[in-house]
Amino acid sequence: MYAQMVKTGIDHIQSKEEMSPEERAFQDRVDADIKIEPKEWMPEAYRKTLIRQISQHAHSEIIGMQPEGNWITRAPTLERKAILLAKVQDEAGHGLYLYCAAETLGVSRDELLEQLNSGKAKYSSIFNYPTLTWADIGAIGWLVDGAAIMNQVPLQRCSYGPYSRAMIRICKEESFHQRQGYDIMMKLAKGTPEQKAMAQDALNRWWWPSLMMFGPSDADSVHSAQSMRWKIKINSNDELRQKFVDQTVPQAEYLGLTVPDADLKWNAERGHYDFGAVNWDEFYQVIAGNGPCNRQRLRTRVKAYEEGRWVREAADAYAAKKAARAQARAA
Amino acid sequence: MAEQTTLFEYLLRLGDNALILGHRLSEWCGHSPALEEDLALSNVALDLIGQTQLWLNLAGEIEGKGRDADKLAYLRDAREFRNVLLVEQPNGDFAATMARQFYFDAWHYLLLRELSGSKDGRIAEIAAKGLKEVTYHLERSRDWVLRLGDGTEESHRRMQAAIDDLWMFTGELFESDEVDEAMVREGIGPDLAALHEPWLGLVRATLEEATLTVPQPGWAQRGGKRGIHSEHLGYILADLQFLQRAYPNATW
Repeated sequence: MYAQMVKTGIDHIQSKEEMSPEERAFQDRVDADIKIEPKEWMPEAYRKTLIRQISQHAHSEIIGMQPEGNWITRAPTLERKAILLAKVQDEAGHGLYLYCAAETLGVSRDELLEQLNSGKAKYSSIFNYPTLTWADIGAIGWLVDGAAIMNQVPLQRCSYGPYSRAMIRICKEESFHQRQGYDIMMKLAKGTPEQKAMAQDALNRWWWPSLMMFGPSDADSVHSAQSMRWKIKINSNDELRQKFVDQTVPQAEYLGLTVPDADLKWNAERGHYDFGAVNWDEFYQVIAGNGPCNRQRLRTRVKAYEEGRWVREAADAYAAKKAARAQARAA
Repeated sequence: MAEQTTLFEYLLRLGDNALILGHRLSEWCGHSPALEEDLALSNVALDLIGQTQLWLNLAGEIEGKGRDADKLAYLRDAREFRNVLLVEQPNGDFAATMARQFYFDAWHYLLLRELSGSKDGRIAEIAAKGLKEVTYHLERSRDWVLRLGDGTEESHRRMQAAIDDLWMFTGELFESDEVDEAMVREGIGPDLAALHEPWLGLVRATLEEATLTVPQPGWAQRGGKRGIHSEHLGYILADLQFLQRAYPNATW
């Protein structure tokens, strides 16, 4: 997802008997769907896991601005340009809400950005793929935002109050993003033969990386089990992936496009689509930094941050001077 | 008929200024010094793209040859563009972007204020809408001139360099030709020379408060309004128009 394979730092799920009275009271609140708020007691592992998860999500929003930003200056009409710019702007906004949500857990935005810039923090594997044609902007909106929504809609109900509220705001905008992506694909699919080929090519390249977004099967993962118990993860990776395939295949059919999977078939017995094996080697390579754009994405981010340093310093210096002058006048 | 051609030409100037500056600002998205600036620069760019659509659609209507804002934006070559040279200057560092913005916003604000009293109701309406947006743009770019001018030593040095570098592109804003003169005669547009004093007053006051030195009057670069541009515009159009040129007659 936008957060993939988040570690919890634990090695087994505690039974209620093993828990301290505080831990038990905490788990009871979570079980009763009572939101946890920043000032309340929480297990250290819960706090740390949430920081990892929320910051990974925030970093994904910020890095995600690059592949789409790549087409802002080349959008084909004034309206498309305005919509794309507004969308990428929304992503900056999502990054902001999420960094704010993470800050309620006692970590600053600067610290988190430092972790991103140093390569220590992860972001979603999907943003390490290049946007080669205009159709990729459609495919990202349709598939990538579509996959993100699958995960984020249930997270609106997650146990941590600030994260849940950030998700509610973000989901409203994401569904608009997905619609605009599908709308781009629709125009291309109903357009000239070249446009249709462009749409098919984008689907071919983005389909499998989109399925990878959900992460490898976590049926046996102790981290996922713990996160689900804490209600900061609601569904398993396989469940969400299946749901995404089931929802997306008919949309592709409606567009007249072919999903690039020879094994894709409706299974009436299961009431779901069967689909082929995901290339997890590729996924692990991308996660390890060897995707087509990992280095480029990180370099671009670091460059913006470093080149902006003098601006941020100037803004701070000016604010300090202004405050000092106001104080001097008051004295 | 001659009048319509003049009005068309005038509207192209208004639309192209917004189009090219909006495009330049959109280049910053994802690369600015802080997330807050990604948001703010995009807001200004979005306002300008919106203004572009209004001005160029009206231009196309006046022309009467079936061209709308998109056709005008995406299917003219550089020699047919009518924006002032200032707005096509490269983004440079953040100081250069903000100096360009401040010079332009101060002028744009004064121009739209006059145009919102235009005898042509369609122009007055677009100008009044734009004026609300540009009032905020000016507040913001003025604020950045202050912060960078009176921030650190480095920011002061960079801001002064940007203010000096771009100064030669400000003269063109106040020069009138037969198109501007015709607009004045018909009560459609203001006398551009009359905007110079209030503009200079605003610029002087801001630069002084920012501890920056006001550049000396000097040679003004000109030509954008007649379609004689800098080399930069061709590259902007290569990006902007790529898809429309590569796939003629497709709809997007």
